Amino acid sequence: MKSSTLIKVASQSILKNKMRTLLTMLGIVIGVGAVIVMVAIGQGAHSQIQKQINNLGTNLIIITPGASSQGGVSRGAQSYNRLTVKDVEKIKRESLIVSAVSPVVFTRTQIIGGQGNWRATVNGVSTDFPIIRNWDLKYGRFFDQSDVRQMRRVVVLGHTVAEELFPGEDPVGTTVQVRTVPADVIGVLEPKGQTADGTDQDDVILMPYTTVQTRLSGWSRIFQILASTPSSRDIPAAQAEIAAIMRESHGLSQWEDDDFTVRNQNDLAEAAQGTTEIMTLLLAAIASISLLVGGIGIMNIMLVSVTERTREIGIRMAIGARGRDVLTQFLVESIVMSVLGGMIGIGIGFAGSSVLGQVTGWHTVISPTTVMIALGFSAAVGIFFGFYPARKAAALNPIDALRYE
Amino acid sequence: MDRKVVMRTEGVRKTYVMGKTQVHALRGIDLTVHQGEMLAIVGASGSGKSTLMNIIGCLDYPTAGTYILDDVRVDRMSRNMLANIRNQKIGFVFQGFNLLARTSALENVELPLLYDRSGRKLPVRTMAKEALERVGLADRMDHEPNELSGGQQQRVAIARALVSSPAILLADEPTGNLDSRTSVEVLALFQELHAQGMTVLVVTHEKDVATCAERIIELRDGRIIRDERISHRRSAAHDLQLLPESPVTAEAA
Ligand SMILES: Nc1ncnc2c1ncn2[C@@H]1O[C@H](COP(=O)(O)OP(=O)(O)OP(=O)(O)O)[C@@H](O)[C@H]1O
Ligand SMILES: [Mg+2]
Repeated sequence: MKSSTLIKVASQSILKNKMRTLLTMLGIVIGVGAVIVMVAIGQGAHSQIQKQINNLGTNLIIITPGASSQGGVSRGAQSYNRLTVKDVEKIKRESLIVSAVSPVVFTRTQIIGGQGNWRATVNGVSTDFPIIRNWDLKYGRFFDQSDVRQMRRVVVLGHTVAEELFPGEDPVGTTVQVRTVPADVIGVLEPKGQTADGTDQDDVILMPYTTVQTRLSGWSRIFQILASTPSSRDIPAAQAEIAAIMRESHGLSQWEDDDFTVRNQNDLAEAAQGTTEIMTLLLAAIASISLLVGGIGIMNIMLVSVTERTREIGIRMAIGARGRDVLTQFLVESIVMSVLGGMIGIGIGFAGSSVLGQVTGWHTVISPTTVMIALGFSAAVGIFFGFYPARKAAALNPIDALRYE
Repeated sequence: MDRKVVMRTEGVRKTYVMGKTQVHALRGIDLTVHQGEMLAIVGASGSGKSTLMNIIGCLDYPTAGTYILDDVRVDRMSRNMLANIRNQKIGFVFQGFNLLARTSALENVELPLLYDRSGRKLPVRTMAKEALERVGLADRMDHEPNELSGGQQQRVAIARALVSSPAILLADEPTGNLDSRTSVEVLALFQELHAQGMTVLVVTHEKDVATCAERIIELRDGRIIRDERISHRRSAAHDLQLLPESPVTAEAA
C-alpha cells in the first residue's frame, strides 16, 4: 500500500470512530499539556534567576571570609572573619586584571528624614561600587575619593528608600539622620528590582565604608570584597590572581589552606540554577507519568479495537492485505492519534501556562525545543504502545478473523 | 473440451485438530475446473463445502495434497504470497456480505485495488465505478452498507470481488441471507457474469441455486460423491420476469 493511501485508510478509520478517537487522545492531550505547563514553569524560573544574576553586575567577583566547603563539609564555620581594608588596598594596588574593587560593610539601621523614618540596610562601600554593580544614578552624584578619605557623612539613597522618605521628590541637598549620624544626601540610585530570593535591592543606602566603620558599626572588619574585570574572559585569571594576593596579604604558608573564598557570578548562577534544574526535572518527571498513563490508554483502546475489528481485519486480509499492511495500518492509526493528541496538548499547554502565569504572576517560558520534544515524545508513545496491538492484529489468520463473531 | 484449466486439486485433505479429536473435513479432493465453467458445490451440512471453498480461495492451507491455481502451485506458498494471490486471482463472495461498516459502497469496492502490489498505476476510482455499474448499483455508490438492502449489499460484495478481474469467482452460500426474490436477482447476476466468460464456483445446499450452474459437485464426509453436468439448466433471469414485483424489492426496478 502506498503511504498516502495508508494515511488515508488510517485517518478514515480514526474519523469513523470519533468518540473512541477522542477518548484515546485525551490521555495524550492531558499528558503533553501537563508536561508543557510544568516545563514552562521550570524554565520560567530558570530564566528569571538568570536575569537577576546578570542584574548583580558585570563580571562580578565576590571574596568572602572563610574557606569554601569541600566534599560537602563546610570548613568555613570555624574560621573567623579575616577580610580587612588592607586586603582591598593590596588588590587594588597589585592586581593587573581587576578593574574595580570595593569593600562592603553592612549594618541595618533606622533612617530619619523627609516624610518620616525607614529601616534599611546601610552598605559601606568605596567609589568603585557603582562600576562593579553596573548601577547608575538617578539624581545627584556618587561619593568620591576625598569623601572616602575624609570619612564624610554623605549618603546615596536606594530607590525604595528615596521613595519612602521623599515620595516624588529629588532629595539631593537635604539631610537625613542615619541612626544618630546626620548625613547629606548627595545622590539617588536607579531602581534595580528584586533579587532571586525576593529581597528588594533598592531598599538600601550607600555610604563611604570609612564613614560606616568609624561612625556606625565601629569595627574595622569587612564582610565582603567585590571586584570586577573589564571582560568576562578575564574572570578565571582574575580569581587566581586575587587568591594569590589574598594569601600573601594574609601571610599564609604553602601548607595552609585559603581562609577566604573567591567566587564569581557564574558560581552563584550555577548554585541557583542547579535548584531550578532539579525542580524542572522533577516537574517534568511527574508530568511524564501522566503521559505514560496516556500511552497505556492508547494501548488499551488499540487492543480493544483489534478485538472489536477482528472481522474488519479478516475482510481486509481476504481481499489481499498482508500481515504487514494490517500492522502498518494499526501503527499509523495509533501514531496519528497520539501526534494529534500531542498537538492539542501543546495548544492546551500554551494556554494553560499563560493562564497560570497571569493568575500566579510566575514567569513561564515555552521553548521550541520543549515543543519538539513533546511532539517527538507523543509520536514515540504512539509507536511504542501501538506496536503490540498492531502486531497482534497482523498475526491473525484470515479465516479465523473472518469467522470471529 | 480443450479449454484452459483454471484450477486443479489433487488429493487435497484437511484435518482439524481439536485437542485429542481430529476432524477429517476433507479426505482427498481431486477437482479440475476449466476456464468459463460455472460449478455448484452441494452437500449436507458439515460435508466440507466451506472448508474446500476456503482452500480454493487461498484463505486456508490444505493439510495435504496439491492445489494449482492459474498454473501456479499455491498450497505451500507463504502467507504474504497467498495474500497477493487472493488480491490478484480470487474474488470471494461470502454469505454474510462482509462489507466494511461505515464505508461507502464505492470505497468498499476500491479496497482490493488499494492492496494491489503489482506496481501498476491503477485508475482506482474508475475501476470501482465500472464494477458497481456491472452489478447495477451505479446509483448507490455513496451509500454505506447499513443504508443498503441485503441484495444490494451482496451486489456490492460481488462488485468488490470483480474489480480486480480475478481468474475465479468463489461464492459460499451467496443467497443464504437473502429472501427468495433477491436470491434470484443475485443468481441472475452470477449467470450474467458467467455468460461474459467468468469462471464461477458457488457453494449451496439449495437445489434451485445448484441448477443455475452447468456442472454440479456433491460432497459427503469430505469426498466428492457426484460430479455431473446439468441437463436442464435454470435461467434465473427468466424466472425473475415470472416473479411478481414485490414492494420490498421495488428498488430493483
Ligand atoms: N475451524 C474448524 N475447527 C474444527 N473443525 C472445523 C472447523 N471448520 C470446520 N470444521 C469441521 O469440518 C467439517 C466441515 O465443515 P464445513 O464448514 O466445511 O461444512 P459445510 O459443508 O460448509 O457445512 P454447512 O453447509 O453447514 O456450511 C465439519 O464437521 C466442521 O465441524
Ligand atoms: Mg459452510
